[in-house]
Amino acid sequence: MALILELAVQGAQMMLVLLLAPLLTGFVRKVKARLQRRRGPSLIQPYRDLLRLMRKEVVLADTASWLFRVIPYLIFAATWVAAALIPTFATGLTFSWTADLIAIVALLGSARFFLALAGMDVGTSFGGIGASREVMIASLAEPAMLLIVFSLALVAGATQLSTVAAVMGSPELGLRVSLGMSLIALVMVALAENARIPVDNPSTHLELTMVHEAMVLEYSGRHLAMIEFAAFLKLLLYVSLISCVFIPWGLVTARSGPGAYALGVAVYIGKLAVAGILLAVFETAIAKMRVFRVPDFLGAALMLALLGTLLLFVSRSL
Amino acid sequence: MTSIVSLLLWGVAAFLGAAVLAVAVSRRGSATHLVYGATLGISAAMFAIAAAALIGDPAGVSTVTLPLGLPWIGAHFRLDALSAFFLVVVNLGGAVASLYGLGYGHHEPAPHRVLPFFPAFLAGMNLVVLADDAFTFLLSWEFMSLASWALVMAHHREQDNTRAGYIYLVMASFGTLALLLAFGLLAGPDGTYTFDAMRAAEPSGLVAAAALVLMLLGAGSKAGLVPLHVWLPLAHPAAPSHVSALMSGVMTKVAVYGFIRVIFDLLGEPAWWSGVVVLFLGGLTAVLGILYALMEKDLKRLLAYSTIENIGVIFVSLGLALAFKANAMPSAAALALTAALFHVLNHSFFKSLLFFGAGAVLTVTGERNMEKLGGLIHRMPLTSFVFLVGCVSISALPPFNGFVSEWLAFQAILQSPDLPQWGLKVMVPAVGGLLALSAALAAACFVKAFGITFLGRPRSAAVEQAREVDRYSLAAMFILAGLCLLAGILPGLVIDGLSPVTLSLIGNRMPVQMAQPWLSIVPIAESRSSYNGLLVFVFIAISASLAAFVIHRFASHALRRGPAWGCGFPDVTPAAQYTAVSFAQPIRRVFGTFAFRAREKVEMPPPGATAPARLTVEIHDVVWETFYQPIAGAVGYATEKLNRLQFLTIRRYLTLVFLYLVTLLLVLALWP
Repeated sequence: MALILELAVQGAQMMLVLLLAPLLTGFVRKVKARLQRRRGPSLIQPYRDLLRLMRKEVVLADTASWLFRVIPYLIFAATWVAAALIPTFATGLTFSWTADLIAIVALLGSARFFLALAGMDVGTSFGGIGASREVMIASLAEPAMLLIVFSLALVAGATQLSTVAAVMGSPELGLRVSLGMSLIALVMVALAENARIPVDNPSTHLELTMVHEAMVLEYSGRHLAMIEFAAFLKLLLYVSLISCVFIPWGLVTARSGPGAYALGVAVYIGKLAVAGILLAVFETAIAKMRVFRVPDFLGAALMLALLGTLLLFVSRSL
Repeated sequence: MTSIVSLLLWGVAAFLGAAVLAVAVSRRGSATHLVYGATLGISAAMFAIAAAALIGDPAGVSTVTLPLGLPWIGAHFRLDALSAFFLVVVNLGGAVASLYGLGYGHHEPAPHRVLPFFPAFLAGMNLVVLADDAFTFLLSWEFMSLASWALVMAHHREQDNTRAGYIYLVMASFGTLALLLAFGLLAGPDGTYTFDAMRAAEPSGLVAAAALVLMLLGAGSKAGLVPLHVWLPLAHPAAPSHVSALMSGVMTKVAVYGFIRVIFDLLGEPAWWSGVVVLFLGGLTAVLGILYALMEKDLKRLLAYSTIENIGVIFVSLGLALAFKANAMPSAAALALTAALFHVLNHSFFKSLLFFGAGAVLTVTGERNMEKLGGLIHRMPLTSFVFLVGCVSISALPPFNGFVSEWLAFQAILQSPDLPQWGLKVMVPAVGGLLALSAALAAACFVKAFGITFLGRPRSAAVEQAREVDRYSLAAMFILAGLCLLAGILPGLVIDGLSPVTLSLIGNRMPVQMAQPWLSIVPIAESRSSYNGLLVFVFIAISASLAAFVIHRFASHALRRGPAWGCGFPDVTPAAQYTAVSFAQPIRRVFGTFAFRAREKVEMPPPGATAPARLTVEIHDVVWETFYQPIAGAVGYATEKLNRLQFLTIRRYLTLVFLYLVTLLLVLALWP
């Protein structure tokens, strides 16, 4: 009975991230629109977009292969699994030990690998330009991310997210220079990974500047719906990750009853809202940079993360 | 009852017999089947024996002394856990390469140049791993080098292959020289050749340091450590593809075996700074190797450069193991050594698989240049599927095997803040960053390798006629792809299989993994870190099928084929696609200006002129130009000057002899 209940909670978490992901993106778009004195689309527009895309026919390029048609499902699945393994409202869920932080980062790497391949499948220069830039960004963002993971793991003595969240939430921890650096680096990496301004612009199709949108240019209909959904999930994932690690307050532990779970979900939604507003304000306030400025931006993240890790190697208390 | 090691030696003898047989029959039509069938059977049997020894009798040591080799000494052979593990790697690789050869060998234009050396090469690698005295080791090592050199030179009329063979020969001799000196130091003044005596002796700090440097030169040059790697990307691709797979996937591992045998087994307690040296070389090798691979447009050379990267990853883990061992942290050392050995096994799987795939592409299109390939996924669906599995595995992506060994290496890095020395404290996180960088660059490199070769539209007419390869080749590739997945989702099986090796070298092992619930792997404790490849695989499979089911149940099924979007231009030529060089351009701009002194030159004709615009990319192999060109230049200069001695008159020769004699006598007279 207990096992069934735990499985149910784990399943609820999987459905929760699925349900909330489009809402978060819709919320960010809405706030951005309000900041630009536009009315903006309704909050549930991303859901409508997904449904509309699913009802549309697929226009497949003549040169597309079987891989092109499989990849949307693979990307969606890898991102969904990664998002569901991050503690959102509760830590220590039944399968939380399936993958630690390193494995979650690598799962996102799998999704990206296939997305870049999809960009190259049709054989147009758009897909190629997107894929080649995406792997360049990833080649700097991934090491930065892993060094951030190192810092967290050295502070918490673990790469298991539930343990990390517990340590980070404990009152003895205090303020740490290295964690501050990791937070800044993590935000920078998250912006790059989610193709947000200033690295990429999620709402443009101007070919000279785009990375993510160039790779998915040939997708349409239900395939595009899957890819868009994966992008929503990825944004939610990074927000959950940052909030689970750096603001772990309000996370409930597993097996604490339905009331506590409800409270945990409410706190989680509150965190998402705050993060959404911050993201929208940041994106409105800053301009997109040239693609060859991106290595400098990510190089800074990499250096910050390395510095944080080095500090921890030098002294455990910094 | 014969001992296991003599059973294995009979296997080696069978390999040599097959080589002799191949000389006799190599010009017949059935020779290919005969020879590869024989090596397949022998390798499979040796694999089974070694695996049984590793699992059935993990602590057992079996030795035999044969009255061969140097008189009074004899040849010593020994089988322990370490050599049993490497025999598994060698013979598994050998068996699959033989299976592949059964199909691929029929396309060989000169079978009599390949067939005799293939079994000999396998025999040489097995002998190195079995050898238990310095003389036998060096002799087997040279035999292995020469057999592989002969295979590299199989297509000696092809452009650049002679140069590749020459450089390989020079580097192999240099490596053996370093090994010879290393064993000379270890043997001590008494000249004890056997490994048992070396193990018992306690070398002084200076001798141990010199031996480490010499082993890094000797085994490192065979494995492909930067800056001794220069021969590898030339020689490995020059051989027939199943031999390339053996050289990259297996022979480099024999070099790793030599390093582990001497440094971890014979040399006794390591000094802490040896960890720093090995870590530094490993990190450098990993990043430079994969950057070279990214700049490459020849598919087989790309794979050879990626071998260098993987050797770097292995040496990083070995360096960590040395550092932990020197500081008496046996459980962390066992973790790091397990990571290294796991990666040895993984790399032998996916690198062989990828070389087989490249060989298949080469057979059906005649092209190794990726700029002339493309769109092969439509014509070779099975090959492209297994090649994709290899690419995902080598890019260290879950749930495949490459990720597990990288994950273990990262877990070992996270144990290192407890190390007391400052040199290690600073070095380890930096090398951790390099390891992460090389993993990310590897993913980029294999997106390129698969994307340019198999995806997109055909870039040349050669691709248009391509079709699927034969069943033997496909079977070999599918076996390896299955092993990649299996080792990825059941890593506990491999880790437990490696425990006798770490027990014998470090005296400690990782906790038993197969007893963990749900078959997770847990290096230390579940609250600290755990990974479950099986569940990740199952979760991805379930959620992907769920998504596909929902889509197919509720979404529209309509599908229309149409031309790809080309900005309104009809029929854009395939040449407008991204190429291997253009794909690497962003990364070349970020890393290449520093690592390769890469420069781009754009020649733009003035508006209205009809001359074509040109973009020239200039890339320098900095290692070659810094280390090797001056040496080659000096040798060339000296030979040019000394060449004059060849054309002197008899009087001058007599004068020279006289002068030499006088100088010699003077030196003798003045010698104190």
